[in-house]
Amino acid sequence: MPRRSLKPCGAAWCISSGAPFVLGLIAALIMCWWIIPAVFFVQKEQPVAFTHASHIKNQNCADCHFLRADGSFSAIPSTEQCASCHADMQGTSAAEAGYIESYVSAKKEVPWLIRQKQPAHVFFSHAAHNADSCRQLGCHGEYVDENALCSTCHADVSALDTAPYLENRLTGYSKDTMRMQDCKSCHAEQTHLEMTDAALACNTCHK
Amino acid sequence: MSLFQLNTAAMRTKDFKIKWGMVIDIDKCTGCGACMVACQAENNLAPEAEAPPSDGGDEFMSWIRIYELSNRKAFPHHDLAYLPLPCQHCATPFCTGVCPVSATEKTEEGGIVSQIYARCTGCRYCMAACPYHARSFNRVAPVWPAGLDKIISPDVSTRPRGVVEKCSFCHHRFMQAKNAARNNAHSIYELEDGDYNPACAESCPNGAIAFGDLLNKKHRVYALSRAKNAFRLLERLNAKPQVYYTSSRDWVRRAGDNHHA
Repeated sequence: MPRRSLKPCGAAWCISSGAPFVLGLIAALIMCWWIIPAVFFVQKEQPVAFTHASHIKNQNCADCHFLRADGSFSAIPSTEQCASCHADMQGTSAAEAGYIESYVSAKKEVPWLIRQKQPAHVFFSHAAHNADSCRQLGCHGEYVDENALCSTCHADVSALDTAPYLENRLTGYSKDTMRMQDCKSCHAEQTHLEMTDAALACNTCHK
Repeated sequence: MSLFQLNTAAMRTKDFKIKWGMVIDIDKCTGCGACMVACQAENNLAPEAEAPPSDGGDEFMSWIRIYELSNRKAFPHHDLAYLPLPCQHCATPFCTGVCPVSATEKTEEGGIVSQIYARCTGCRYCMAACPYHARSFNRVAPVWPAGLDKIISPDVSTRPRGVVEKCSFCHHRFMQAKNAARNNAHSIYELEDGDYNPACAESCPNGAIAFGDLLNKKHRVYALSRAKNAFRLLERLNAKPQVYYTSSRDWVRRAGDNHHA
């Protein structure tokens, strides 16, 4: 009866050593890290080449994105608001000239692609999360940097202009859209719950 | 002590700093249905389907229903009353404990029993558990005729077919009132009477529905809910609803606890 050789050689050695598993793992990692995400998301361009970096130099977030008197949030500035500066050319770029011609003169709203657009069953209160609410609690003293506070949830605006807008082909939402686990990272945190008015009830965020 | 009382005594009653409640004056209610219309418009309930389902389900979707009560006496002594019935937002709700997916709960400050449609699987255990029949099941997909879809409010989500719906005391208005309070540096725990008012209370032409914080002495409902003629429905079940009714008529108050049936 021929005995199987114990000496590793050829294809039999490859199979018994676990090489197929390692190769398969590498293939799966490549698929999951690079290929599948690229298939899921489609890159889109904003209708106007707007740059936050040049606007944030001498302005605060709240100059364009502000709370109304009733506590609701004016998130996307209207063309009328933008035209308070951009009625005439402020610089020399072709993007600005195109914007004034297509939207300000035509009195049209810009169909911006919104990175943080939430589904219709999600409620979010900017009034509860703004810098004044933080200052009133006094945990961080008087010093609450508004721009840094916004960047806690929104992508950093200076980096935002260079980051592509990626839309999920299945859901239609931006890749940057905040998920429930991001909300829960503060709302489910016990120390945060005790110090603030934050609640962990479902209907605090769902409507 | 009845079985129901034993059950509810074991259930945890959460203490809240504010407790939103409603006091409905049955003597003022004419059964006109303005509250139902206001509720449907406010909360994105689709118009009734032209061909309702024939499998014996709910006749229509409504978060507040008006029941007609009768003292069942012959003509000279006959008397009618109308009883609007929203979700009672019980202090010890029967519906929340039976939900297998925690789609309904009573945890947020204010004591409003929530209903999360994105989470609801439509098993309808809560409907079976609710002694007030305050919940309704979305049996057919809601359809808004062309043009009417423009009145859909962004403050309330629309629901798909196959979920359980119920009154939320217009919870989005509570959130808006809190937003306004925060923006004006007022405490969200001390909202003024009237800062937060559901659509039904706002629309009642007779002012039969009062709404406010049952624990705040500055709110009208504080005194109204503690008045001599105030009662709650099926009080012997010990669910402790946050909706109170008042009537000066004895037979109406007795009907409230189902002794009449």
